[in-house]
Amino acid sequence: MSTCLCDAFFDDVARATVEVLEHLGCTVEFPERQTCCGQPAFNAGDWPAARTVLRHAVDVFAGEAPVVIPSASCAAMLSHGAQILFENEPDVVAIKQLGTRAWELTDFIVRGLGVTSWPGRFTGRVAFHRSCHSRGSGTGDAVSTLLRSLSGLEFVDFDEAEQCCGFGGTFSVAFASISTAMGTLKLDNLLAAKPDVIVSADMSCLLHLRGLAERQGRPLRALHVAQVLRDALASSEVGR
Amino acid sequence: MKREPIDQFAAKQSDERRTSVRLGSNACHEKRTQVLHEDYADVDLLRKLAGQIKQHTLEHLDSYLEKAEEKLRARGVKVHFALDAEAACQSVLDILQARGAKRLVKTKTMVSEEIELLPFLERHGVECFETDLGEFIVQLDADRPSHIVKPILHKNRREIARTFQQKGLGTYDDTPEVITRRAREFLRRKYLEADVGLSGANFVSAESGRLVLVTNEGNSRFCLAAPRCHIAVVGIEKLVPDDRSLSVFLNLLARSATGQRLSVYTEFICGARSADAPDGPEEMHVIFLDNGRTEVLGTEYREILRCLRCGACLNVCPVYRQASGHAYRSVYPGPVGAVLSPLLAGKRFLELADLPKASTLCGACAEVCPVDIPIPDLLVRLRNRGKQEGAPSGATPSLGGFAKLASMPIAWKAALGMGKLVDHMPRAVQPGPLRAWQGERDLPAWRGGAFRSWFRKRGKKA
Repeated sequence: MSTCLCDAFFDDVARATVEVLEHLGCTVEFPERQTCCGQPAFNAGDWPAARTVLRHAVDVFAGEAPVVIPSASCAAMLSHGAQILFENEPDVVAIKQLGTRAWELTDFIVRGLGVTSWPGRFTGRVAFHRSCHSRGSGTGDAVSTLLRSLSGLEFVDFDEAEQCCGFGGTFSVAFASISTAMGTLKLDNLLAAKPDVIVSADMSCLLHLRGLAERQGRPLRALHVAQVLRDALASSEVGR
Repeated sequence: MKREPIDQFAAKQSDERRTSVRLGSNACHEKRTQVLHEDYADVDLLRKLAGQIKQHTLEHLDSYLEKAEEKLRARGVKVHFALDAEAACQSVLDILQARGAKRLVKTKTMVSEEIELLPFLERHGVECFETDLGEFIVQLDADRPSHIVKPILHKNRREIARTFQQKGLGTYDDTPEVITRRAREFLRRKYLEADVGLSGANFVSAESGRLVLVTNEGNSRFCLAAPRCHIAVVGIEKLVPDDRSLSVFLNLLARSATGQRLSVYTEFICGARSADAPDGPEEMHVIFLDNGRTEVLGTEYREILRCLRCGACLNVCPVYRQASGHAYRSVYPGPVGAVLSPLLAGKRFLELADLPKASTLCGACAEVCPVDIPIPDLLVRLRNRGKQEGAPSGATPSLGGFAKLASMPIAWKAALGMGKLVDHMPRAVQPGPLRAWQGERDLPAWRGGAFRSWFRKRGKKA
């Protein structure tokens, strides 16, 4: 599942995801009829609308294959949110079946495939922003494991790391003042650690942080973890 | 409380106040995390155990309440049940009037805020004094607590010193020790003059009928030692099955609330004076308060009743840190309040239906909750209820159209192509949410469909 954000804005992240998976020997399919995980409507409280989207996803991703997503947030929607959404619905079993096959990319690599190190180099200081919807999942550890295995990469800590970036989907427009204050604080904390690049497993956080940084004229290089892994692969191929 | 959307309240807040709240909350949160992880190898396991004990108690609340009542009566305590705030206030007043009592001192208890007890008693000619330092300052200022554990987290010492001067408690001096000493001197007389001491309870053991009070300032000991009559107003969800389970809760509560291993005072109150217990009050009453709790117990939101009122979810919440407690327009602020306040509002649910939306659903609250309440899940459930009951959507954009699009793959693809138009649209004519986004942030260039065509092309090559 490419996610609606990669479908609309971040095509390179979806490309990197495909390349990373293919490096691991996976055959990647992209069902053309896919759209969204249903989270926007679910979080807004419009559950009938969210169910319609989810039923479409169940149909599009029918089968047994793992559904790998370059987003901890969409993955959590399928594996957790959708279960609440369908708890009293007759087709809850199909939703659960999809939920158990949904994986965030790095969690799939580390816990799903058992791959714990990554070839190649990535030179620079990296601040890893743990996206909130990866709480309680394997993603945080998986990203950290893979990044730390790269040569040349320096992992940097920063203050108030557990704090949210302030995006929150519709929250970012409905509570614009609090959202931008949260985002600015996150930028302050991140940039104080003087990283060369900020990495996350979710483009939603990076969309928010980048948008703020650009408006405020603060230089910020932000990459999805899939892009870092893909770039490291390229470096290892050059080196060979 | 004044009705103002949370985001507007937050935007108007002074930088000074915002900083006090944020730094105070963060300091508490960091201490909590450090102490819990130093002391326990698996904090989450302990939180889960505590949550299960609380959930078990709630699911058998009827029998535990009966048990507690029986034990309390055997210890010479008069037990009352109050269905709502009005009944609870009346119950307290009846006890006071029967004793001819005119003066009351009280310890910190959120339940008294919930039922608005003090204004009620004052209207009936009872002189009441808060004795917790923070609550005392709130009372002097005719303010409201902004935090469950630290009622004056929103104030700094300069504001407090000004209040003390205005209220005749000495000339301006903002040294914390001076402020504290002045309050102590003032309150010491009030304890001795009081006819009744009023408290809440952090826990009530159904097995023994013991009330447990967790405090730091020693004021509760004065409140309960000097007056001849003790009244405790207790939410029915404060029960725990037995004394043994208190070990789990007492280990978690102070650590979660303030990062202390144990609060300075933990009082076990065992009933009225008797031949076996010569130190108790002459007369003791426990008023169990429902006020909407049994109704919540019958719903999918019942897990919120596990809450110990430790405030850890407030301290870690990024929205609370920016908005502060008063933004929530209710007695219980922060994440727990965003769930509990609309529920306890009963028929006025819709007036507070915006509170559950004031969250990015980041889940930090659920990670720190000592009784493992899935707060973000409850927030989403309440958003759904608000939508069903026709709560005004406020600034939240409708997602109906988006969802429709997302269930029609052909229209979705077409929209991916058309999104580029936004890049060329003057901001004034863009849809509202896009304008709101771009108030303070840039929008990246539209790349709709780019990945799809890349994937398709390489498929052909292969």
